[in-house]
Amino acid sequence: MGRLRTITRRSFLVGSVAIGGAVAFGTYRAFAPSENPNEENLASGSATFNPWVVIDSDKITLIATHADKGQGVQSAQAALIAEELDVELDQVEISFGVPSAAYANGGMGDAMAGIPLYEYNASVERTRGFVNGALRAVLPMMATGGSSAMPDVFDKLRNAGATARETLKLAASQVSGVPVDQLKTAKGAVILPDGSELSYTSLAGTAAEIEPVRFVQLRQPSEWRILGKSHGRTDMLPKCTGTLEYGIDFEIENMVHATVKTNPNKGAAMKSFDAAEARQMRGIQDVFEITNGVAVIANNTWRAIKAANTISFEWEKPSYPLEQAEHWKVLEEAIGKEEHLNAEAREVGDVETAEGTEVKGDYRSPYVAHAPLEPLTATILVTDDRVDIWTGHQVQQMVETVVAEISGVDAENVHLHNMFIGGSFGHRLEFDYIRQAAEIATKLKGTPVKLTYSREEDFAQDFPRHITIGRGIGKHKDGKVVSMNVDICGASVMASQMGRMGMNLPMPDTQLHEGAWDYPMLNLNNNRVRSFRVNNLAPTSSWRSVGAAPNVFIYDTMLDETIHAAGADPMLERIRLMGHGQSVKVLETAAEMCSWNGHKVGPNTGRGVAYGFSFGVPVATVVQVTNTPAGIKLDEVWVAADVGVVIDPNNLDNLATGGTVFGLGHAINCEITYADGVAQQENYYDHEAMRIWQCPPIHFKALENMEKVRGFGEPPVPPAAPALGNAIFAATGQRLREMPFNKFVDFV
Amino acid sequence: MQLTINGTSHEVDVEDDMPLLWVLRDELGLTGTKYGCGVAQCGACTVHMDGVAVRSCQVAAASADGADITTIEGLGTPASLHAVQEAWVENQVAQCGYCQSGQIMQAAALLDMNDAPSDEEIDIVMGGNLCRCGTYPRIRAAVHSAAAKIREA
Repeated sequence: MGRLRTITRRSFLVGSVAIGGAVAFGTYRAFAPSENPNEENLASGSATFNPWVVIDSDKITLIATHADKGQGVQSAQAALIAEELDVELDQVEISFGVPSAAYANGGMGDAMAGIPLYEYNASVERTRGFVNGALRAVLPMMATGGSSAMPDVFDKLRNAGATARETLKLAASQVSGVPVDQLKTAKGAVILPDGSELSYTSLAGTAAEIEPVRFVQLRQPSEWRILGKSHGRTDMLPKCTGTLEYGIDFEIENMVHATVKTNPNKGAAMKSFDAAEARQMRGIQDVFEITNGVAVIANNTWRAIKAANTISFEWEKPSYPLEQAEHWKVLEEAIGKEEHLNAEAREVGDVETAEGTEVKGDYRSPYVAHAPLEPLTATILVTDDRVDIWTGHQVQQMVETVVAEISGVDAENVHLHNMFIGGSFGHRLEFDYIRQAAEIATKLKGTPVKLTYSREEDFAQDFPRHITIGRGIGKHKDGKVVSMNVDICGASVMASQMGRMGMNLPMPDTQLHEGAWDYPMLNLNNNRVRSFRVNNLAPTSSWRSVGAAPNVFIYDTMLDETIHAAGADPMLERIRLMGHGQSVKVLETAAEMCSWNGHKVGPNTGRGVAYGFSFGVPVATVVQVTNTPAGIKLDEVWVAADVGVVIDPNNLDNLATGGTVFGLGHAINCEITYADGVAQQENYYDHEAMRIWQCPPIHFKALENMEKVRGFGEPPVPPAAPALGNAIFAATGQRLREMPFNKFVDFV
Repeated sequence: MQLTINGTSHEVDVEDDMPLLWVLRDELGLTGTKYGCGVAQCGACTVHMDGVAVRSCQVAAASADGADITTIEGLGTPASLHAVQEAWVENQVAQCGYCQSGQIMQAAALLDMNDAPSDEEIDIVMGGNLCRCGTYPRIRAAVHSAAAKIREA
């Protein structure tokens, strides 16, 4: 219908303007279907029903645009479409599609409405709907992040599948003469009353001439065939056979291999370099200056990296403090100060005058690297009038904008081919490697260039998780927690990220209190959370769960300390204070899973519980540890979470386990520290996180009581660290207020 | 030099000290073997050399000359999976999957020597293979189910 539909729309536009002038035009715009990028270059006889479904005479293609960095979102998106389209996942091809406003993320506004996501009613939903709409109107941007994919696509993709299905039925009716209401669909075919089948692919040509159906009632969960069941990830077989093509595996004829070395004093310039030796090495084709550093071009990645390591540099020093101790000092001096106030995020009762015995704590959460296993990489070909770039990125349209600026080619002629990503944890939200690839390829116009970072460069140039300190005063009386007063001070991660995109942050950085201000202590009469902000420390970036990672650690640990001081039970007192029904249920479920009540642990063994609320998902984590002569041993972990709707139970379980391992591993042994302006950690040997021999059995249970579907890439992370710290306290009596914990206790 | 990869002989003209990893990836286009750290810290580049699991980032091309190398592409194919790959798919192990070629090669080598490993033995042998996504519990489970397949075969 590509051609037909374009013409129809044009005439409609002309008609509208002629009849009703600007008002009608405006009305049409507001209710217009999104542009369908599949219409461009659509082969004749192919049908594209909406931006997510293309069917031609030999295949069915589903467009799943959210970037897949391991969370399984490509499969999940395909499953949502396939459920309503009535195709099986092994009958379709899945594409990451092309960057387009048609795929703008409509799931990120919920968190931006300034209302805790545990609050849910009609008026709150209207506000969120307005924010989501405004966001899409002002900034129709594709983005994968903030665990927003499922909220974004849950209705949209099921609707895409359903409307395509109904259109195919119209086509089948036209071909067969059978009324639509007598047609059924299954496994990629329309089934006629006599049992004969018309495959979707055979109907493509007819369907292409029909204006697609727009509104269809979606099926009830009780009718689902694929959703809600473990359907097996479509990327699993290729990932287990080495046949999946990641960005780093992309190859194209005449491609050269490049690597870069840029100033490890992040953001500072290069004074000079000497590459005399590098230029003489085998396979080296060129060495030249790029922004803040040097690119080495070779016929093999290893040759490029080896040569780059022989180059000597003189670097400028950075604008942030050179030594780590200074970074902490900046935060210590800013916390509690009026001029650094970011937000009075939560104020209930009066924490100053509340009566009770005080418990005080100071907390630290370090810089932590993303360090996904696939190093940063991009392949790019720049010509005079067109650019193609093959890489994995979470903000697709911005890649094209950034490359257009550097290459001088119009953005509409820059084409991102998004690829599978070997882990991100936030790193693929950044643009440095994109900019460098574009800079190099613009210089080598006409030659495709694959840029690959060495692991050392990946560590040196990472923008890690922001550092944060917390200062809390809890109060207890008569065996109960009566007041929580928590100040949090961090380097502004939002300001840092937006700054690199040339934007200011015109509002408080919500990440500096996320996870603490919305820790739902609805039955606590005195609760205050304030955040304080510092802007000029080392550059930082979103690290899986962003602000919730440090803030849940700070808030929940402070709470745990106060509960213990009160002599209350850590589980029961959290439940008593919580007051948010679904969160209570999550805690009760975790308690039930580990038989918390009445369970007696052995000597030197302890259990800690923590609760975290992030991205709309309440999560309760219980960790059990034993203090052995060789150090702390992680015995077992139990996790319960409420995601609203479970799309794939098996994948959800994998994410729960993985997120928990991620939270635990980094809490145990990871930090980035600066010395003389440079990150001291160079490779996995000094930023290791968890290995298999440290990994305890992890049990998970999913609940579906929350009102809306939510994403689960990030929410398991925040409560893992405090649950471990709380368990270590229970086992040893030693309270850990700073990560990584291995600075204070040994681990087996 | 002459390298035998997955039963096929390849003549390559590279420096003696070029790591086997980069011969595979950039000279021969066998990209199933992954670069993760370059210093034997992550195990993503694990292949078999004469049946033994090695980190291909630490094997100089010259020392692989004449050896029999198996990569993930040679272990099994989507149409004909090795028992370990079968178990990996059944257990839905992978998330980002970038480490899994190495995990699978390491596990296959383990099961060649010991077709009934305990959790502790699995942890020791698989301890050098980093998974940033945290799929370890599934790796353990998949090694056990692969072991059962191999014993029954």
